[in-house]
Amino acid sequence: MKLCKIAQVAMALILSLVLFPGCNQGAGASGAGSSNAQSSTSARSLDEIKSSGKVIIGVFSDKAPFGYVDSNGQYQGYDVYFGDRIGKDLGVAVEYVSVEPANRVEFLETGKVDIILANFTVTAERAEKVDFALPYMKVALGVVSPDSALVASVDDLKGKKLIVAKGTTAETFFEANYPDVELVKFDQYTETFSALLDGRGDAFSTDNTEVLAWALQNPGFTVGIESLGSLDTIAPAVQKGNAELLDWINNEIKSLASEQFFHEDYKATLASVYGDAINIDSLVVEGGVIE
Amino acid sequence: MQDLGILLEGRNLERLLYGLWVTLRISFASIAASIICGIIFGVIMTLRNRVLQAVCRIYLELVRVLPQLVLLFLAYFGLTRAFNINLSGETSAVLVFVVWGTAEMGDLVRSALISIPRHQYDSGYALGLSKADVYMSIILPQTVRRLIPLAINLATRMIKTTSLVVLIGVVEMLKVGQQIIEANRYTAPRAALWIYGAIFALYFLACFPMSLIAGRLERRWT
Repeated sequence: MKLCKIAQVAMALILSLVLFPGCNQGAGASGAGSSNAQSSTSARSLDEIKSSGKVIIGVFSDKAPFGYVDSNGQYQGYDVYFGDRIGKDLGVAVEYVSVEPANRVEFLETGKVDIILANFTVTAERAEKVDFALPYMKVALGVVSPDSALVASVDDLKGKKLIVAKGTTAETFFEANYPDVELVKFDQYTETFSALLDGRGDAFSTDNTEVLAWALQNPGFTVGIESLGSLDTIAPAVQKGNAELLDWINNEIKSLASEQFFHEDYKATLASVYGDAINIDSLVVEGGVIE
Repeated sequence: MQDLGILLEGRNLERLLYGLWVTLRISFASIAASIICGIIFGVIMTLRNRVLQAVCRIYLELVRVLPQLVLLFLAYFGLTRAFNINLSGETSAVLVFVVWGTAEMGDLVRSALISIPRHQYDSGYALGLSKADVYMSIILPQTVRRLIPLAINLATRMIKTTSLVVLIGVVEMLKVGQQIIEANRYTAPRAALWIYGAIFALYFLACFPMSLIAGRLERRWT
């Protein structure tokens, strides 16, 4: 029995030893990036990247059309198109690493990738842990509805039923700003589209990229409102404190504006999904400037 | 049915099979090392030394309490943060699975060893056999026979748990499958069923031979 107690105490000690360095470092990294600048966990400098001959970029491998792997095993998509350009302008090869939404910050904090280009939405919480460069894309809410009763503005929604998925930004946005719009809520994302098809609601709102792509596949439905609500931006991210690489990416994004690079990127990667009918400028950001 | 064609498009099938190879090489390296370390660990646990027993107990409970995902993050990201040790994703995965497998296997070995009744030892000694002979000819054969079904169960569990390694950047079979599904999300939305079907078949083909071999071994030794 006594042995049992000793074992318990020892276990607690070991647990805290194993887990504590992780927590401690995490807090340190968000507080001051310079605290671990000497260690190899710190990001590589521009010179180190160039002399190694490759830049390591974390991208999604299963989020078509932004970052995915084609049938020949090649990384493709809007983010990857930009990643390829970064490699070309740095004069190095690009090594892509498959990341997940949940580990993007970790990959940067431990210096296992140089840049994250994985549809990374800029939020205040994330900005405490990583450094975001200028945005290259923006997302907002969109509203899709049948052509026969098109909802072209929020005023059109009065007295109508709007379908939303629980826990999405659409739900919180409409509850906070338009409490008089009647919401029909669904637990699962997949249910919402079929609910709209069945006529269980008059319109459906979620991220504009999603409704735009869906409307293109479903004739008879149109995205009447392409951009609504608070605009979120998507930007490349580097490790906290890696100012050199951050500046380089910012300058790169600014200089690419002259050739309308991200419009080209859109045409090469997103146009087949979102079509030419939509306003490119409601998604694409050039030179990091948001109107 | 034409969605099944996605599987044969480009290098998709080759990629899926390479994913299976990644899955299997992580699993088999881990299983082999876990069996060896686990047997040693299991024997140590049966020794009547209180300090050793306490240490083993702590190790076993610690590894059992922590989910494999946490262990993977600790090995891949945690070691880099804390000690600047940069292991590759696959090395971290094998390390974690061996640490986990040794604990689980050790406990199986321990339970198999203590399940051999005392009189089996005593009868051996009464026949004039040495301690080594008793172990080699009487105890171990019985232990191994009891151990096989349990060990196979653990091995198949390890194969399936390798699907977690994608979270430390290692692309294995399940992830390749998801990449194929998502790359065709707009052109073949129903391909998911077929791709998951193929993955199911490949996992089955990987795990079933082990059950067959185990069954044959058990029969031969009975």
